[in-house]
Amino acid sequence: MDLFLIIISAALVNNFVLVQFLGLCPFLGVSNRLEGAAGMAMATAFVLTLASVASYCLTAWVLEPLGLEYLRIVAFIVVIAGLVQLTELTMRHAAPMLHRVLGIYLPLITSNCAVLGVALLNVREQHSLVESALYGFGAAIGFGGVVVLLAAARTRLAMADVPESFRGAPIALVTAGLMALAFMGFAGFARL
Amino acid sequence: MIAPILVLLGLLLSIGLVLSMIARRFQPDETSVVEQINAILPQTQCGQCSYPGCRPYAEAIAEGQADINQCPPGGEAGVRALAELLGREPKPLDESHGVHKAPTVAVIDESRCIGCKLCIQACPVDAILGAPKLMHTVIADECTGCELCLPPCPVDCIDMLPRRGPFVWPLQFEPRPAPMPSTQKREPDHA
Repeated sequence: MDLFLIIISAALVNNFVLVQFLGLCPFLGVSNRLEGAAGMAMATAFVLTLASVASYCLTAWVLEPLGLEYLRIVAFIVVIAGLVQLTELTMRHAAPMLHRVLGIYLPLITSNCAVLGVALLNVREQHSLVESALYGFGAAIGFGGVVVLLAAARTRLAMADVPESFRGAPIALVTAGLMALAFMGFAGFARL
Repeated sequence: MIAPILVLLGLLLSIGLVLSMIARRFQPDETSVVEQINAILPQTQCGQCSYPGCRPYAEAIAEGQADINQCPPGGEAGVRALAELLGREPKPLDESHGVHKAPTVAVIDESRCIGCKLCIQACPVDAILGAPKLMHTVIADECTGCELCLPPCPVDCIDMLPRRGPFVWPLQFEPRPAPMPSTQKREPDHA
């Protein structure tokens, strides 16, 4: 039950994008089209889950025994960059079209602060290996779901009769704000 | 003191090793044919084959969607090399995509350039250097002679000149190839 709560908490209650405001760059950057958003959600989910597991292993087996906790951020960034490269290689091989759609946003997962945020929060909350993996997975669900939702809304908005001064980025930001407002309704639903 | 350096070095080395192993494993599958075709194509990125660049064209050939005779800059020699690689019959160049020309290089007449940046956006190989409202120039070594910068120029200040070979001493006098009426508009004043 605790493990389930971790997923729910990371995905909905403490949603990384709309409640903790991490990873806003790809959230607004790739939500133009539903197809690209879904691909980005999957790529980020892959990286997020793997990164939280890898960073746990790194902390528990290398950094803490050697007393090198102060290297945490550097080491995590290196690991995340490696995982992103791995994702890119795999995706170029498995889904070349998606690779082209995502373009620059794929390497930018490296600097997606949600990924580093999950790794660092795992350390702060002293999660175990399984809890870390689930926390990362929950964060991935939350990020992916929110990106896909915003992309769906923006696809409809592209057809809608938006006032001229609101077209483009302003209405996207207003939509994101309304979504964040809705996600505040989850507060108190579960406590971490 | 030495421990953190070793830990970071080990981390970087192991990640690099894993990535390079994976990259090598993914290489030879289907991409190798594309790579070989791409190596034959002249890399002008001119788009005359109706694909956005040389690599997309190579992928289309590999998938059987495009014919091998759609690359005018490669000429008959390119078609023959492709036919040999793919084990097909060589065929004449498809004239509907353009005709083969001697290699050219774009030259900007700097006195007429207004610095509009349109040619910089058009250049597929980033061979044009310049800033807004300042004159631009072409890096001759990078220019592929694709002529994509000609249509967007609002003042027609770009000329296609025949590409000269490297400078060799003693200078051998060789007659310049006949100027092409459509591309060469005037003699270079710094020949």
